[in-house]
Amino acid sequence: MSSVLVLDDVHVRYGGSHVLQSVSFEVPDTGVTALLGRNGVGKTTTLKAVLGLAPRTGRITVRGRDIGGERTHRIVAGGVGYVPEDREVFGGLTVEENLRLVDPDAGADAPIVRELFPDLVDRRAQRAGTLSGGQQQMVALARVLLRENDLLLVDEPTKGLAPKLVTEVADVLARVATTTPVLLVEQNLPLVRRIADTVVVLDAGRVVHRGEARALVDDPALTTELLGVSMRREGAA
Amino acid sequence: MSDLVLILVTGLGLGALYFLAASGLSLVYGLMGVLNFAHGAFVTAGGYAAWLTMDALPNSLGVGVRLLVAAVVAVLVGAVVGVVVEVVLIRPLYLHHIQQVLVTVGLSLAAVAATQGIWGADPHPVEKPAWMAGTVELLGARLPVDRFVYVAVALALFAGLVALLRYTRLGLVIRAGVENRTMVEALGIDVRRTFTVVFGLGGAVAALAGVLYSQYAGTVSPGQGGSLLIYAFIVVVIGGMGSLTGTAVAALAVGLVQQLANYYAASGIGDLSVVLLLALVLLLRPSSLKGATA
Repeated sequence: MSSVLVLDDVHVRYGGSHVLQSVSFEVPDTGVTALLGRNGVGKTTTLKAVLGLAPRTGRITVRGRDIGGERTHRIVAGGVGYVPEDREVFGGLTVEENLRLVDPDAGADAPIVRELFPDLVDRRAQRAGTLSGGQQQMVALARVLLRENDLLLVDEPTKGLAPKLVTEVADVLARVATTTPVLLVEQNLPLVRRIADTVVVLDAGRVVHRGEARALVDDPALTTELLGVSMRREGAA
Repeated sequence: MSDLVLILVTGLGLGALYFLAASGLSLVYGLMGVLNFAHGAFVTAGGYAAWLTMDALPNSLGVGVRLLVAAVVAVLVGAVVGVVVEVVLIRPLYLHHIQQVLVTVGLSLAAVAATQGIWGADPHPVEKPAWMAGTVELLGARLPVDRFVYVAVALALFAGLVALLRYTRLGLVIRAGVENRTMVEALGIDVRRTFTVVFGLGGAVAALAGVLYSQYAGTVSPGQGGSLLIYAFIVVVIGGMGSLTGTAVAALAVGLVQQLANYYAASGIGDLSVVLLLALVLLLRPSSLKGATA
C-alpha cells in the first residue's frame, strides 16, 4: 500500500521545549489513520508541523512532494486540507462567507455542501459565531471539502459535541475517507474503532506504537498502557 | 449658537482628518498586527508629494485642478511607499513584533530627518483653491468651506472602504484575516499578499490625509505627519484596532471633544481632554468601542 504522507525524523522545538522528537510515520493513501496519545504529547503539533504552522526540521512529503520548505497556504492549496481543533470558523462572517473564502464561486451552493451539510444551506446568511458547536464543526468540515484534497488533517472534530452530533461527524468523515485519506487526531476511542483503519500513537513527542486501529482499541491492556484509558470507560460514537 | 455651530463643524472637519489618518493604521494593525509608527511618514509623504506636484504644474491650470492632480499623485506615492515599506522592512520581521516597532519608529525619525535635509525644517505654504478658502453661512455662523470638504472626503472614503470590505473578495479576506490570519493561511490563501495590498492601501489613505491636512494647516512641514499620527493612534485605540466603524466614530468623538474643550474650557485643554477620553474608554470598555471586528 502506498503512502500519501510521510514524516521522517521530524522535530519541533518551541523555545526550550522539544515537542516532537524524531517523529517518523506514514499515512496510507486510503482510509482513516488515527493519531492518538494522551493530552500534550504532540498530536496537534504534528498536524501543525505538516502544515508549516510549527517550526519543524526533518523531511515531510505529500505524495512524494517535499513540503518541508513550503509556506502554509501553498501546502494547503497543493492538496492538504485542515480542520483545526476548536473549529476556528470566522465568527464575524456568515456561513456563506466562510465557505466562499475557499470557493469564491459556489459557496453554500456547492454540490458537496448541499449533499453533506443541507442545514448549512438554510443557515447560509447566519453569522458563524452564532451557530452551535456542531454547526460550526459542519462549517469547518464543509469549508475544507470545497477543495480537492490529497489528504485531510482533522484535529479532534468531536470535541465538546453531543453524542448525536458525534455520530453525524463520524458519518461525514467515514464518507469522506472513501475518496480522500484522513489523518485524524481523536480522543474518542469508539469513534476511532468505527472509522479508523490504522493508528499511530505518540507519547512525549515520540511514536510509540503503529498498527491496526481495532487491534489497539480492542486490547484494553494496550490502550490503558498507551493512552491511559480503554474502551470500557469511553462513550459510544 | 453660531459659535457652537462653528465649533461643531470644525470638530467634524478635524475628526474627518483624524479618520483619514487612522483608518489605514487601523486596518494594518487589525489584519497584520503591525503597529506602524511610520504611518505618519506616509502622511508627510502625501503632503509633500502634493505640494511639489502643485508647484510643478503650470499656474494656468488653476489651483483647484492642480490640487486635484496633486492629490491623485500623492495617493499613488503613498501607495507605492506603503508597498515598498511592507515588502522591504516589514515582511522580513512578521514574527518579530519588537523589531517591527523599532524599524517603524526608526523609519519615522529617518523620514523627518530626510525631509528636513532635502526641503528644510521650515513649513512651506500650500495654495488653497479660493472656493475652499471661502465661507458659507449656516444657522447664523460663517463656516469655512474646507471643513465640509474634509467631511465629504472622509464620508466617501468610509463608504468606499465599507464597500470594499463587504462586497469584494479582498474585503472578505481582510475581514477573515482580522479575526484569525493563521486560519486564513490554513485555508490556502496567501495572506501575505493581502498584507502588501492593505499596507499599500493604508499608505494611499494616509497620503490623502496628508494632502488635506496640509490644506487645513495651510502649510507642509516635516513633522506634520507625526503630529497627526498621535491623534490617529488615540482614535484607533478608542475605536478598536481593525474596526473601521469604530475608527470613524472615535475620530468624530475626538475631533468634537477637542474643539469643544478648547472653546468652552480653555485653549489647549482640547488635547488633554482627548487623552482623558482615551483613558475613560479604556477604563469603561477595555476592548474599545467596537472590539476587534472590521
